[in-house]
Amino acid sequence: MIRPNDLGGLPGLGSVEIEPDEPPFHHEWERRAFAIRLAAGFLGRWNIDQTRAMQEAMSRTEYLATSYYEGWLFGLERLLDARGMVTRQEVAARRSDPSAPVVRGDGDHALDAEQIERAVSNPHASRLDVDVPPRFAVGERVMTKSATGAGHTRLPQYARGRGGVVTADHGVWIFADAAGRDLGIVPQHVYTVRFDATELWGEDANPLDTVYVDLWDDHLEAA
Amino acid sequence: MPNDGPDHDHDDDVQEHRDHDAPLTDVELRVRTLESLLVDKGLVDPAGLDLLIDRYETKVGPRNGARIVARAWVDPAFRQRLLDDGTSAAAEFGFEGRQTEELVVLENTPRVHNLVVCTLCSCYPWAVLGLPPVWYKSAPYRSRAVSDPRGVLAELGVAVADDREVRVWDSTAEVRYMVLPERPAGTEGLTESELAALVTRDAMIGVSVVAPPVGVP
Repeated sequence: MIRPNDLGGLPGLGSVEIEPDEPPFHHEWERRAFAIRLAAGFLGRWNIDQTRAMQEAMSRTEYLATSYYEGWLFGLERLLDARGMVTRQEVAARRSDPSAPVVRGDGDHALDAEQIERAVSNPHASRLDVDVPPRFAVGERVMTKSATGAGHTRLPQYARGRGGVVTADHGVWIFADAAGRDLGIVPQHVYTVRFDATELWGEDANPLDTVYVDLWDDHLEAA
Repeated sequence: MPNDGPDHDHDDDVQEHRDHDAPLTDVELRVRTLESLLVDKGLVDPAGLDLLIDRYETKVGPRNGARIVARAWVDPAFRQRLLDDGTSAAAEFGFEGRQTEELVVLENTPRVHNLVVCTLCSCYPWAVLGLPPVWYKSAPYRSRAVSDPRGVLAELGVAVADDREVRVWDSTAEVRYMVLPERPAGTEGLTESELAALVTRDAMIGVSVVAPPVGVP
């Protein structure tokens, strides 16, 4: 299944336009959307894979028409509703009446500035300190699976059913596809796999060129 | 001039002032509504939001990566540590945090040109480059960087000879990539901080090369 966000290799999406002196944010609402999504994420009620999965819950047409931080907002609204933290009904009530009262939950408490500083400075989120044997070795030839089933995946369509070589083993991480499908924390090795450009794109590609993709155990089979 | 310094003029404020006189757009209303609900429900702290915006607007940005690159150009032992373990080498500068759980640094050489993309979303090494620019997150870059990297590079003014390998790195997991660009010729007399001032964000993504300082042919 091809997800709406899976754009690698698609033709006809235009040319790359770099904005000179681009600021980090273009509008005040982008700053607010950025900050509330990070801060709400630090409550720990979802992980990054669930965030991505929720943001992908739209058609490709909608996805391509949605600006970046609008996509963040789309995902955040749905995550908060799904967890019962801020429901659609509460949002609708406040949209029609800015003074509409809310009921505070008793489970989650905002991180204060000091806790936010610690959380945002901490890189650790997805690596797992568990001992899982690797299924593949550096230097080994592998094949990627040709199908990923329904739901979130980090195996891009352009790299499915292709042969490559493992060039690095990054240790054990949360398997993104399982986490993004709400199937829990499945510890797996992440590998960098090198593909020849000709394997992915055919004989027109420069035979010297390569594409490196980071993949988990379950994306791979022995070649 | 580098096009990515964090000390840019806030000329977007002009846009915002104009916006203040106009009715709020739907997306502005959605953000305002959600933020007010999150604050009123005790789920986010306004001081924490200000801290996050300030951090990524003024403190964490491509100047971090530029300092790493300049150090690698002048200090061979650091360069080796950087290529062996980018995460630890960046941490020597205190550059660590969200979206940079493992950092891999890719060295451009006369034989190899590296290019970084995230075809599935917007994965980017925040701790060393800050937040990703719009073009990096855009459909044109994400679609073409993997299938036609030479075409993208040519459009952006980077000519890569046919006998030089192009390596594209698709950031599909939590590993984050940064390019160590080639040091331009004619910079032998420059100090580390003068070198850092030459390094652009785009060169550390791999869509540009570092130009020599003005006056150096």
